[in-house]
Amino acid sequence: MKLIVAIVRPEQLSDVLEALFHAEVRGLTISRVQGHGGEMEHVENYRGTSVKMALAEKVRLEIGVSNHFVQPTIDAILAGARTGEVGDGKIMVLPIEKIVRIRTGEEDQEAVTPIQPVGE
Amino acid sequence: MNNADIGWMLLSTALVLLMTPALAFFYGGLVRSKNALNTMMMSFVALGPVAVVWALIGYSLAFSPGNPLIGSLQFAGLRGVGMEAQGAIPHLLFMAFQGTFAIITPALISGAVVERMRFNAYLAFIVLWVLGVYAPVAHWVWGGGFLASMGALDFAGGAVVHVNAASAALVAAMVIGPRKDYGRHAILPHNVPFTMLGAGLLWFGWFGFNAGSALSAGTTATLAFTNTLLAPAATLAAWTTIDMIRGGTVTAVGAATAIVVGLVVITPAAGYVGPISAIVMGAIGAIPSYFALIYRAKTKLDDSLDVVAAHGLGGATGAILTGVFAQAAWSGGARGLIDGHPAQVATQVASVLIVLAYSGGATFVILKLLALVMPLRIADRHEKLGLDVSDHGEEAYTHGDGAILVKPKESVVPQSATDAITVQSGGGA
Repeated sequence: MKLIVAIVRPEQLSDVLEALFHAEVRGLTISRVQGHGGEMEHVENYRGTSVKMALAEKVRLEIGVSNHFVQPTIDAILAGARTGEVGDGKIMVLPIEKIVRIRTGEEDQEAVTPIQPVGE
Repeated sequence: MNNADIGWMLLSTALVLLMTPALAFFYGGLVRSKNALNTMMMSFVALGPVAVVWALIGYSLAFSPGNPLIGSLQFAGLRGVGMEAQGAIPHLLFMAFQGTFAIITPALISGAVVERMRFNAYLAFIVLWVLGVYAPVAHWVWGGGFLASMGALDFAGGAVVHVNAASAALVAAMVIGPRKDYGRHAILPHNVPFTMLGAGLLWFGWFGFNAGSALSAGTTATLAFTNTLLAPAATLAAWTTIDMIRGGTVTAVGAATAIVVGLVVITPAAGYVGPISAIVMGAIGAIPSYFALIYRAKTKLDDSLDVVAAHGLGGATGAILTGVFAQAAWSGGARGLIDGHPAQVATQVASVLIVLAYSGGATFVILKLLALVMPLRIADRHEKLGLDVSDHGEEAYTHGDGAILVKPKESVVPQSATDAITVQSGGGA
């Protein structure tokens, strides 16, 4: 089991989510974050005040997956998030010590195996 | 001239002027947050250059004596526009009142091209459009042009303002093309309360638009004022009813839209129809716009904020129904179908089609000419980033986190040198 943490551009989020759903990656968490990844800083002006916006809006995705889902998940994020410009973000894969599904108490592999939605 | 008339028209002019910022809120709430300022600026900015060219040339083209198609340059630079009477009010005040109409009409078009049109191309477009399209069309109906001679009825601008803007909007949406995300991703309004605020302020301002179009403070203004209260009320009631019959919920965006549609519908009729007719017109007017909104979203036409469905269909419905419901007992002369003059309906249809054709064609020519000298659309990556940052260098909702103050001396240092200094001092500390 791995935790995949990806930092992507907010404007690419829809594309990333679409690619992840096509790859049948179901459980994920996102948060709005701000960061700096070496991209060009843009200058904004408010009356006489000029500022360089050193932090850019980003979205962080956290996805717990079983091992054989790691590569499809990475591929999906790459497909959705890449624009080719500096600032596209990062994907990090971290080991997980333990996962527990709160609803059932299932652990580890079972906990990251999606349940079949009712009706399918 | 008496001061009651002058007072009412001074107030009406201010009310109509408020409609343009109101439109900015109405439209601004409907777009994504990354384009909020750009969208609001598309309305706000019309208050500047459009008003200036109106005073310098536009007013003369629209309202000075000329031929049936366009006025002359007799009033150019406001020559001869002073305190002499123009109807019941000073000529100068008439010019100012008409100027507020010239400002909001091109701003209405922006709803069809938000979130992808370059701001400087838009600026050039609205200035050319108000001279090349709005001024002649206003002349045809209100400046003694051929639509007035034909007997077309347009009390406050159903054809001149709304059909005119919507036809231009349709063409502009097609020439500029859909947003990259249109039909691919959900594009949701970022601030529905703004849209409701805008609708409320539009209604308030519209009392000046319609009742002010009486150009005096008398009984005609009273009729137009009352109809401006009743027709949108009926549209809102009808819209809500359709929502409920279709088994859905009554939505806030829908209610805000209904109010605008009702206002548009009664605009050409305001001083010609009785109050019960206004209620009927408002209710009928809800139907085409309601279903056009639903249909349009399923098509490839990215008329983003539905200028065609709200202003085009609303304006056309209102203009045609004016030919049905006008009554001499209320209008003091103009008669429609229910008052024994069915030919008025045909005249109204003709006036709508003529404005539709001219505005669409002329808008196409203006945009194609502009495209020869400047791109009309922003770069794809700017479209993704949002026009607030790309075209204005500002954000609507910034917390200032990570904003580094640019000190005056830094501005003369090249960007790369500044970065190097920052890195060195950071490393040494």
